Amino acid sequence: MAKFSFVGGVHPFDGKDLSKSKSIIDAQPSGELIFPLSQHIGAPAKPLVQKGDTVLRGQMIAEAGGFVSAPVYSSVSGKVKSIEKRRVATGDMVESIIISNDGLYNEVEYEPCDDWTKLSREEIISRIAKAGIVGMGGAGFPTSVKLSPKNPEAIDYIIANCAECEPYLTSDYRRMIENGDELCEGLRIMLSLFEGSHGILAVEDNKPDCIAHLKKLIKKDNIISVKELKTKYPQGAERMLIYATTGRKVNSKMLPADVGCIVNNVDTICAIYNAVVKGKPLMERIITVTGDAVKDPRNYRVPCGMTYSELIGINGGFKEEPAKIICGGPMMGFAMVSTDVPVTKTSTALLAFLEDPVSSSETTPCINCSRCTYACPAGLVPGRLSDMVEHFDNESFVANGGMECCECGCCSFVCPAKKPLTQNIKTMRKQELANRKK
Amino acid sequence: MNLPKVSSNPHIRSFADTRLIMFTVVLSLVPALGYGIYNFGPRALLVTLCCILTCVLSELFMELILKRKIRISDFSACVTGLLIALNLPVSIPLWEAALGCIFAIVVVRELFGGLGKNFMNPALAGRCFLIISFPSAMTDFVTDAYTGATPLAVLKSGGAVDVKSMFFGSVPGTIGETSVLMLLIGAALLILTGVIDLWIPGSYILSFAIFVCIFGSHGFDPAYLSAHLAGGGLMLGAFFMATDYVTRPVSKKGQVIFGIFLGIMTGIFRLFGPSAEGVSYAIILGNCIVPLIDKFTVPVPFGISPSEFRKGGRK
Ligand code: SF4
Ligand code: SF4
Repeated sequence: MAKFSFVGGVHPFDGKDLSKSKSIIDAQPSGELIFPLSQHIGAPAKPLVQKGDTVLRGQMIAEAGGFVSAPVYSSVSGKVKSIEKRRVATGDMVESIIISNDGLYNEVEYEPCDDWTKLSREEIISRIAKAGIVGMGGAGFPTSVKLSPKNPEAIDYIIANCAECEPYLTSDYRRMIENGDELCEGLRIMLSLFEGSHGILAVEDNKPDCIAHLKKLIKKDNIISVKELKTKYPQGAERMLIYATTGRKVNSKMLPADVGCIVNNVDTICAIYNAVVKGKPLMERIITVTGDAVKDPRNYRVPCGMTYSELIGINGGFKEEPAKIICGGPMMGFAMVSTDVPVTKTSTALLAFLEDPVSSSETTPCINCSRCTYACPAGLVPGRLSDMVEHFDNESFVANGGMECCECGCCSFVCPAKKPLTQNIKTMRKQELANRKK
Repeated sequence: MNLPKVSSNPHIRSFADTRLIMFTVVLSLVPALGYGIYNFGPRALLVTLCCILTCVLSELFMELILKRKIRISDFSACVTGLLIALNLPVSIPLWEAALGCIFAIVVVRELFGGLGKNFMNPALAGRCFLIISFPSAMTDFVTDAYTGATPLAVLKSGGAVDVKSMFFGSVPGTIGETSVLMLLIGAALLILTGVIDLWIPGSYILSFAIFVCIFGSHGFDPAYLSAHLAGGGLMLGAFFMATDYVTRPVSKKGQVIFGIFLGIMTGIFRLFGPSAEGVSYAIILGNCIVPLIDKFTVPVPFGISPSEFRKGGRK
């Protein structure tokens, strides 16, 4: 079968073998949990509880603060300790509800639904909205909003992003192997919302066991297919994924829905299944804990709100003090100074490395080798854009397509001069976006 | 406690750096140099060492007086020196060779801003400087081993040449250009390690071959054609100098156009010009039009229509 792909991209060392073969286990927090009110794009959630209140596991502790927003649920039972600003993984201070865990895990009653096919479109979407589901691949866009595009009849593809192209991450892989049925059912639920749409499970070809497993699960479906993608970073980037699976092109000013596509990642689709069928809100997620500084690299089912430091404690602590700790994958994640920040709906991984290749490599002059250009999936000339940034030339930056950058990191990765291309381009993009808002 | 380091994504870097790439280029030129020493005697080694040393020292000197960071350990000056040496006849006086190297590094490279900023290939600029300044020494290919003219000169005057000895390299010429075999071994190393790809050399050699077939007044004559391909530093130029990162177009499309331009110019110089050679001039001329090629072939961002992009405006 032909392999689907895009132009550009890189092949970093994938490091997935560290954690790939171990099944997911539950992480039980013991200390306090931190629930930031803003774990998504859009308006922050509004707290429904006060200091001193007792909460149950699965209880809504903050409601959506607007149309583009999402509620927050407690993942443990216990007492609300306070509502205050706390640091999150990106380094920002965010208003958060702090809950001290009583360790009992008393749960609320959920409202399961035995036959979701009897639910109306509106009921399904309201269940998804109520469960607080957001894009769990990192962006955190509320899923219920994504599933209510302006022109629902134009949607003909629902793509499940099972590429997992980031090196070292294996959480989606484990999920597909262990909860493949939930994934497929979740996809069926979404397909039911859009008449005539097709489902695509897009998997990179370095996971042949997943491909075989998923193919078996969808044998009876005639509107779902599994597409094998070439293993290449950033195959799972939304625009690249849409292009690889459907041949349609989306640029920075368009939404996937503009070309009839909706993309969701594995965890999000499993969360949709849980919300619609079991009535359970989104309050936990799978986190890969790996890297050469980690004692036992593996995947955990982590209640949102638990701190990374507690998670590392459960894992047995670091082997040695890591030089770098990353929240997310090595290509797009953020470096963290402190692990005392909570796991949120959009967290994917905790990576700890003994060495930091970024600080140990020296930047030299650009030799114009074109490697960055060949690698850029957005078709840019990163070396030149970065020059423009260094000369504060916003105008040329925009005219040369700088805003199309998807911040994938390929250019910095390949550059033999070790220039911080992605960082420069990202900085100017942020500036430009901020200017436009004014 | 040491705090973990923070920096922007990505947090991993590929293995190749500038130094490794330059070193690979040096390595890939060793077979050709080795054959040059075998063919022309130990003086070839002396000339080469003189060139490399002069290049490295000129770079050091310029970096010191311009107060730039000292980067002589990145092998880039070494590559320039080696390339100049391979483009010189073995009998060249050492001081002339050194002068060419100083010109290449000081004027062509450092005065334009150092590594990565020059618009011409420094090695070729150095060579052309020498050809203009010392035409007789630069075209004197008579050595103890060879008394005749170079194969291309013979070819130009209508004589017959032995293609086999041109392939292996036992012919008069500059130190590094004579052995096609050794150059191809080096080129294979560069291609296999991903330092260069075939876009420029491929389109260059192919378009040159076609040009020779059409305008060479021999039609498609394999012997004549292969003599042209094997002679006059075409292989050295196509694989090692036209592919110079700094002075080639950035996109693959641009590189192919660049290659075709070089092929045609080399053909014109060789067939219609007064001299038998043409590779160096063609590449230098090509370097000058790179900005123009780039202007029309710069990659178009993903998902944007080329016409809209070229109109100069994405807002
Ligand atoms: S310019 Fe942006 S999109 Fe292109 S490789 Fe760099 S980070 Fe990725
Ligand atoms: S990869 Fe680095 S050295 Fe090569 S062209 Fe891009 S910025 Fe320059």
